[in-house]
Amino acid sequence: MPGTDTVSDRAQEIVDEFSLFSDWMGRYEYLIELGDDIPLLPDEHKTDDNYVHGCQSDVWIHAEYDDENSVLHFQGDSNAKITKGLAALVIRVLNEQPPEAVANASFDFLDDIGLQDNLSSQRNNGLQAMIEQMQERAKTFRN
Amino acid sequence: MPATTSPQTDAPAFDAEAFRADFPALQQDIYEDTPLVYLDNAATSQKPTAVIDRLDHFYRHENSNVHRGVHRLSQEATDEYESARQSLTEFINAQREEEVIFTRGTTEGLNLIASTFGEMTVSEDDEILLTEMEHHSNIVPWQMLAERVGAEIRVLPVNDRGELEMNRLDEFLTDDTALVAVTHVSNTLGTINPIEALIDAAHAVDVPVVVDGAQSAPHLPVDVQALDADFFVFSGHKMFGPTGIGILYGKHEHLEAMPPYHGGGDMIDEVSFDGTTYDAPPHKFEAGTPNIADVIGLGTAAEYMMDLDWTAVQAHEDDVLSYATEKVGAIDGLRLIGTAAAKTSVLSFVFDDIHPYDAGTFLDRLGIAVRTGHHCTQPLVKRYGLPGTIRASFAAYNTRQDVDRLVEGIQNVKSMLG
Repeated sequence: MPGTDTVSDRAQEIVDEFSLFSDWMGRYEYLIELGDDIPLLPDEHKTDDNYVHGCQSDVWIHAEYDDENSVLHFQGDSNAKITKGLAALVIRVLNEQPPEAVANASFDFLDDIGLQDNLSSQRNNGLQAMIEQMQERAKTFRN
Repeated sequence: MPATTSPQTDAPAFDAEAFRADFPALQQDIYEDTPLVYLDNAATSQKPTAVIDRLDHFYRHENSNVHRGVHRLSQEATDEYESARQSLTEFINAQREEEVIFTRGTTEGLNLIASTFGEMTVSEDDEILLTEMEHHSNIVPWQMLAERVGAEIRVLPVNDRGELEMNRLDEFLTDDTALVAVTHVSNTLGTINPIEALIDAAHAVDVPVVVDGAQSAPHLPVDVQALDADFFVFSGHKMFGPTGIGILYGKHEHLEAMPPYHGGGDMIDEVSFDGTTYDAPPHKFEAGTPNIADVIGLGTAAEYMMDLDWTAVQAHEDDVLSYATEKVGAIDGLRLIGTAAAKTSVLSFVFDDIHPYDAGTFLDRLGIAVRTGHHCTQPLVKRYGLPGTIRASFAAYNTRQDVDRLVEGIQNVKSMLG
């Protein structure tokens, strides 16, 4: 829904949800579930422009600006489930937010959900690349 | 291992458990109570106490620069440094110590050859023959050279099993071939290439051969004289030695004819502003203060390996690989990539419906260290139409129990992600 809740509200919601799982397996299963739930990215959006460089697996993030509500719509997909789950988390906090909020968003919450430690540094780089690409897009829409 | 080590028929069979006890890093838990199963040896091996202690001893008692000092410590460090060269000479059965150049590793060795010998040997319209299974470090330096001089890269293909198509060699080894650069063992497939046949064929038409021994030096006998390779390069860190150190072996006649790679201290005969004359090999190629501690550590690793009964070690490594091939290969929904008749120590596989990165991440969380991705062999992985593979690679300290843990891990991955 267009942004009544802020980036940090949504981040807190995610942290609360992940805290319900006591073991890593549960957290991963939930992450994968979140990835399975995001809408499929149509093939026409799987373009070179939307391709995220820096991920070990294939990832695409598509951004569209909604003039009427002055917010950004994000869609994403990956051929790896864990990467897709991570894309889903980032999309969930940034979707339907004004470009300014996307560009300035903090992702500290990723440290608090108990997955970061288990992610290889290369996967972390991929996650960082995803975030940077979304924030760069946001800057192009910012007035 | 080294051909100079003759089989010790009275030695007991290789005791992998006792050997494993030499490696402190293997004794730890990863993620709380999960013991580490280290199956990423093609990337780098763990280090035995002997090598770790040798580095520690150097910095505590021997640290000094080499080849320059008249003081006692510098003389000792120089002796140890040159004694490591002797050990490595023996390890690969080189004819003389001057043929053993210390480099940062395989990659630097290949770049050195491309920039010096390559520049001398390859001209416009010549061809450089590589194979489809080369690691990027044995592709990119040659591409850079080819671009500089206007040469062409030709690529000998592999078949579906991951073996070189040797029956097509005549098509690729032509009158225009100026140089062949080939890996001894594939880091992605484990294939042992018929390197002797390749060298013989190339030499029959007077073409020199560079062998990338990064994956063979840790597992196979290396006898550069028997191979008659023009160059043979490898890294220390894959054979129980330190990182950032490796060997470039070159036939003495080539090394003498080659220009230096880097200029600086310790590689000169005489310097004046009018011009400089260079030292003889090996020092011509070792400009600047070398990686002294790690050279000495590598010498210890070579000695450590030469002390083993390699007939027994190879029998053990073959047993672990066949056991893994049988157990992992029998898992439903999983396919082995690389099924060459001659293989060593690498088991690459993919799932029908699970991405290698997902599998690798879960295996890691279960304490099993494997590599996933293209293993720096993108052309090869693309040839099989894959996004990457999951690669379990073994060393002499791995056992059937490690394979059992891997199989159990794979079953868990399947139930979580399948």
